[in-house]
Amino acid sequence: MSEQQFMVDAQHVRKSFGSEQVLKDISLQIPKGSVTCLIGPSGSGKSTFLRCINHLEKIDGGRIYVDGELMGYRTKGDYLYEMSPRQIAQQRKHIGMVFQRFNLFPHMSALDNVVIGPVQVSGKSESESIARGKVLLDMVGLSGELNSYPSQLSGGQQQRVAIARAMAMDPKLMLFDEPTSALDPELVEDVLKVMQQLAQGGMTMVVVTHEMGFAREVAQEVVFMDGGFVVERGKPSQVIDNPTEERTREFVKSVL
Amino acid sequence: MTQTNESVDVVARPLRHYGRWFSAVLIAALLGALVWSLVTAPSINHSMISKYMFDPLVVDGARTTVILTVISMSIAIVLAIFLAVMKLSTNPVLRVISSTYIQVFRGTPLLVQVVFWGYLGLIYSDITISVPFTHHVLWSRPTSDAISAFTAGVIALALNEAAYAAEVVRAGIQDVDKGQFEAADALGFSRALTMRRVVLPQAMRTIVPALGNETIGMLKNTALLEVLNVLELYTRTQHISSQNLAQVELLIVAAVWYMAMTTVLSVPQRWLEKYFGRGTAQTPSSKRWLKGSK
Ligand SMILES: Nc1ncnc2c1ncn2[C@@H]1O[C@H](COP(=O)(O)OP(=O)(O)OP(=O)(O)O)[C@@H](O)[C@H]1O
Ligand SMILES: [Mg+2]
Repeated sequence: MSEQQFMVDAQHVRKSFGSEQVLKDISLQIPKGSVTCLIGPSGSGKSTFLRCINHLEKIDGGRIYVDGELMGYRTKGDYLYEMSPRQIAQQRKHIGMVFQRFNLFPHMSALDNVVIGPVQVSGKSESESIARGKVLLDMVGLSGELNSYPSQLSGGQQQRVAIARAMAMDPKLMLFDEPTSALDPELVEDVLKVMQQLAQGGMTMVVVTHEMGFAREVAQEVVFMDGGFVVERGKPSQVIDNPTEERTREFVKSVL
Repeated sequence: MTQTNESVDVVARPLRHYGRWFSAVLIAALLGALVWSLVTAPSINHSMISKYMFDPLVVDGARTTVILTVISMSIAIVLAIFLAVMKLSTNPVLRVISSTYIQVFRGTPLLVQVVFWGYLGLIYSDITISVPFTHHVLWSRPTSDAISAFTAGVIALALNEAAYAAEVVRAGIQDVDKGQFEAADALGFSRALTMRRVVLPQAMRTIVPALGNETIGMLKNTALLEVLNVLELYTRTQHISSQNLAQVELLIVAAVWYMAMTTVLSVPQRWLEKYFGRGTAQTPSSKRWLKGSK
C-alpha cells in the first residue's frame, strides 16, 4: 500500500469551524524525503490543513495518515476510536512544527528550549541531549547564543532556535507555517538557508510560504489551495511559472 | 552654525524636579504633626509601648503569626493551582466542582468560616475513619483532640485563601500566550508537563505580585483567629491588655509588628518577581517613567 511511499497521505479531509467549512475536500500525498510548498490566499485553509496533519485540529471527515499511521484515531473493526491525549502526544513526538510567531519558551535559554523535548518527552539523558542540542544550534548558526533568552535574539535567530528545537525530537516530518513572514526582510535568508539545508539532508517537509524563490529552488511540488480545495498542484516551474488555472495565475501574480 | 568634528559628551544640568521637593516637604510636615500629637498625647503611656514591644509573649505571638501565614498560604497555593486547572478543564464535572468551591468560600465571611472550623467539634463530636458502608472502624478520635485551635485556624485560612488564589492563578494561566500551548502540544508534551514547565512558570509573572497582596492580606487576617484563642500576635496583645488595661498601647505594639512583618514580606516578593521575570524583555524607554514596569 501507500505506507512505504508517502510520509503524509491525506484523503478527502474536511474541516469546519462552526458553520464555516474551511477545508472542503483535500486529498494530498506527500512522498518521503520531499519538500512540498503550500501556497494560497489568506483564509484559504493552509494553516488549518497543516494543523490537521499533526492533529492540533480535529478533522470532521476523511483520513490523514502519517508514515502509514492514522492520525488521532484507532480503527477496530469498522469503528473509529478517538485516541487519548497521551496517545496523540505520542504520535506528535516525531512531527516537528515551526510557527510563524516562533513560539519559543521565553523563560528558557536557547539551549534549554532545544533540550527540554528530548529529556522530558523522549526520556533521553540530559548530557546526551545537551550535546545534541549544541550540535543542532551550531547547525543553525547559533553556537554563540546557547545561553541567550529568546527576547535577546532577533526574529531570525529565534526562528532558527525553533527549527533546532523541532529537530531535537528526531522528526520524520517537519511542518512549517509561514516561518519567515514575521521576519524583517534581511533576516529571511538565514532561515531559508537552514530550511534548504534540512531539505538537502532528506527531511520530509511541508511548508506554507509566500517565498516563491524558495519554492522554486527547494520544493519538488507546489500545491495551490483556495476556498478549501486543492486547485492546482505540480512542479514549481509549472504551478508558479505556467499555471493552468486562472485563480492560480492571479494569486501568483499578486505575490511575485 | 557650529559644527563639531568629534563626538562631544553630553554635559547638562539634570532636570530639576521641583514638584518632588514640594510634595516631600508637605508630607513630612503632616507626618511630623501626627507623630507629635501621638507622642504628646497625655493618655498614651509610652513606656508601656516600649516595655511590651519585645515582650517574650508578644514576640512568640508574632512568630506564631508568621508560621500560620506560611503554612496556610502554602496549602492555599497548592489547592489554588488544582482549583484553577480544574476550572479551566474541558471536564464539566471538574469545572462545576471548582466553581462551587470558589463560590462558597468567597461568598461567606472569613470570620464565619473561622468560627465554623473552630466549632466543628459541636457538629461532629468524633472524627472516624471506617471502611466505607460497614461499621469496621479504622481510626477514631474526638474532634477536639484531632483538630486543635491552631489546626482549625490553618484550615480556615487556607481553604478560604485557596478560593481567592485560584482566581489569581486562573487569570495568570489565561494570560499565557496560546502559542505556548501549541508549541508544547506539537512537541508531544503531556498536559502535566505543559503546565509544570511551560505555562505555570510564565503565569507566575502575573501571579506573584497578586499573591504578594494575598499574603499580606492573609498575615493580617490571622488576627481573626483570636476568636479561637489561637495564640498569635493579636491574641497575645489582647491577653496582656486585659490584665494591665493598656488597650491602646498594646494595639500600637500589635500594629507596629504587623507593619514590620508586611514590610519584610516585600523582600521575598521582589526576589520571586525577578526570578520569574527572567527572559522578559528590557523596559522600553517610553515606559521608564513608570518605575518597576516591565
Ligand atoms: N480556531 C479557529 N476558529 C474559528 N475559525 C478559524 C479558526 N482557525 C481558522 N479559522 C478560520 O478558518 C479560515 C482559514 O484559516 P487558516 O488560518 O487556515 O487560513 P490560511 O490559509 O492559513 O490563511 P493565512 O495566509 O492568513 O495564514 C479563516 O477564515 C479563519 O478565520
Ligand atoms: Mg495561516
